[in-house]
Amino acid sequence: MNITIDHLLAGISVGGQYALIAIGYTMVYGILRLINFAHGDVFMASGLIVVYLTTAMPLQYAIPLVLFLTVMLGFFIERAAYKPLRQAPRMSVMISAIGVSYLIQNLALYITGGLPQTYPAIPWISDSITIFGAVTKRVTIITPILTIILIVLLVALIRYTKIGMAMRAVSKDFETAQLMGIKINRVISTTFVIGSLLAAVGSLLYFTSYQSVVPTSGSMPGLKAFVAAVFGGIGSIPGAVIGAFIIGICENLIKSSTEFAIFSDAFTFALLIFVLCVRPTGLFGEKSIDKV
Amino acid sequence: MKKIVALVLAALMLVTVFAACGETKTDEKVIKIGIFEPASGANGAGGKQETLGIKYAHAVCPTVEINGETYKVELVPVDNQSADDKAPTAAAELVGKKVSVVLGSYGSGVSIAASDTFKQAGIPAIGVTCTNPKVTEGNSHYFRICFLDPFQGTVLANYAYNELGYRTAYTLGETGNEYDQGLVHYFTEAFTALGGKVENASFVKDTSDFNTLITNAVNSGAEVIFAPTSIQYAQLIVEQAAAKNADVTLLASDTWDSNVILAAAKGKDVDIQVTTFYQEGGNAEFDAGFKAWIEGDSQNLTDNGGDSKIAAVSAMGYDAYFVALEAIKAANSTNPADIMAALWDVEYTGVTGAIKFDEINGDADRSTAYIKKANTDTALWDFVKEQGVN
Repeated sequence: MNITIDHLLAGISVGGQYALIAIGYTMVYGILRLINFAHGDVFMASGLIVVYLTTAMPLQYAIPLVLFLTVMLGFFIERAAYKPLRQAPRMSVMISAIGVSYLIQNLALYITGGLPQTYPAIPWISDSITIFGAVTKRVTIITPILTIILIVLLVALIRYTKIGMAMRAVSKDFETAQLMGIKINRVISTTFVIGSLLAAVGSLLYFTSYQSVVPTSGSMPGLKAFVAAVFGGIGSIPGAVIGAFIIGICENLIKSSTEFAIFSDAFTFALLIFVLCVRPTGLFGEKSIDKV
Repeated sequence: MKKIVALVLAALMLVTVFAACGETKTDEKVIKIGIFEPASGANGAGGKQETLGIKYAHAVCPTVEINGETYKVELVPVDNQSADDKAPTAAAELVGKKVSVVLGSYGSGVSIAASDTFKQAGIPAIGVTCTNPKVTEGNSHYFRICFLDPFQGTVLANYAYNELGYRTAYTLGETGNEYDQGLVHYFTEAFTALGGKVENASFVKDTSDFNTLITNAVNSGAEVIFAPTSIQYAQLIVEQAAAKNADVTLLASDTWDSNVILAAAKGKDVDIQVTTFYQEGGNAEFDAGFKAWIEGDSQNLTDNGGDSKIAAVSAMGYDAYFVALEAIKAANSTNPADIMAALWDVEYTGVTGAIKFDEINGDADRSTAYIKKANTDTALWDFVKEQGVN
């Protein structure tokens, strides 16, 4: 083991990226009690959209547009694949989510022809800098800061705005909230919009660090973000963020040892099993659990 | 409304079913050659370039004489998806389409996985750039026209130790990938035998974060990182090493000889050196013809990575096609068993050099590899030298 500042920096940065994806999982779960398996693929699709948009227009237009397009993608997935199944058993919605996930992956495979696409270098944030003697990209430092700012904003939105109050009400009791006059579809759409927006930001940061997009790019980060959400207590936003940072840092510390580097993914999933056995509700989870 | 949608969908399905029956039958004599290559997955980019070489060769010479009759050669491509578990299915598809001989694959793992399927069907296969010894070892149906990993790994180790003067190395390979691990093994063996020090590291499939591994390499004091990986990872390794200003040479094998790597290295401060099968400029006639053919078709241009630089695997694919034609002519038959028997004695001089199979495993006898260095200003390969084992 030879832990250096490099490993810690990499860990914090990866943790921030997982956190941005994990929020999408945890918010949707909190409101719909649905694990949105397509979320990781929305993240990948957002990466691909940047690749194709930058061939047609300069970055300063491409980045706002990609945020908008990713949000629209998340919104339409909910309208097309989840909304018609609102009254159906929860299992059906979950299967629909798995279907959407594969649909997006296969569409990406068809469009890219299966070849890895090179993500464009975004100026300034992809420049190399030196911190405490470690050379890294500027994005490594920006990621955790941006993640925390976005999360503070999100928590404020949920605590102090009308739509935030509606979200909390819906997550407490779906049917009663509906009876009290809350427009349930609007709340759910907003949830998907916020989740997709954060996934788009996460994808910008992630692919700036690892400049290659393949159709399966979203599956591993997606899975790990899901583990982070469960670890922190699914449904809880601070839980998801803390879980994501813990997983990101631990993973990179394990990689610092040449012999154990290969077990870094195994560790993440072993942690999931351990948490589910010892504390099924996660670090900050709600007490009562609805069955899926 | 729903009923109408359902009806339309059902009708569409029927249309596709009938469309498949629409193949026209002609009286032309046809011999089928299977192309067993990845068109997607980690090796998709390389597989497509190899396939381009085969297709160009087919465009140059689309017919073959058998028993005085002219047969039209039909190429039957399948996508093995760079995946060992999908390879046997893709191979079975070729068997089902009754091909007489198979070319491929790029990537040793898929070739090994599909070997038994071809063996049971009695169809000979010609490995184009699969360099792992296990592809042809102990069987009589798998041939190969390129050099092998014990050779390539040793060449690279000698080059790093003797020519570049390096004494410590760090290796990176994907776990469970026959190609990566084979080369890492032979490189380590040769490098330590010379007196060098090697540290081995592995990563799992679909890894995209190499920062930590590169940091480890630098911390271990390595002067060279030997990373014989797929292009998918190579691109990321190059970018992350450059972003870290890692002061090491990236040494790699034939997979890295691709314009994808050149694009990733362009304008960055990295030293990338690779061994390969063919150096652009080795055969002017082939170079000019191939470039014109690539540029003449936008799909070809896309498959070649957006420009008309010649990958060594394309030249190898080109030669493999002609070796197959030679075998068909020698066998004077479309029967796979006859072609298999004839292949042992085929001798052919292609653009990548003379090809002749040995009598034990059916491997081509190759004794030199080309070493190239990426020029980060021009995004072209600079030829360094021809290197043998000594």
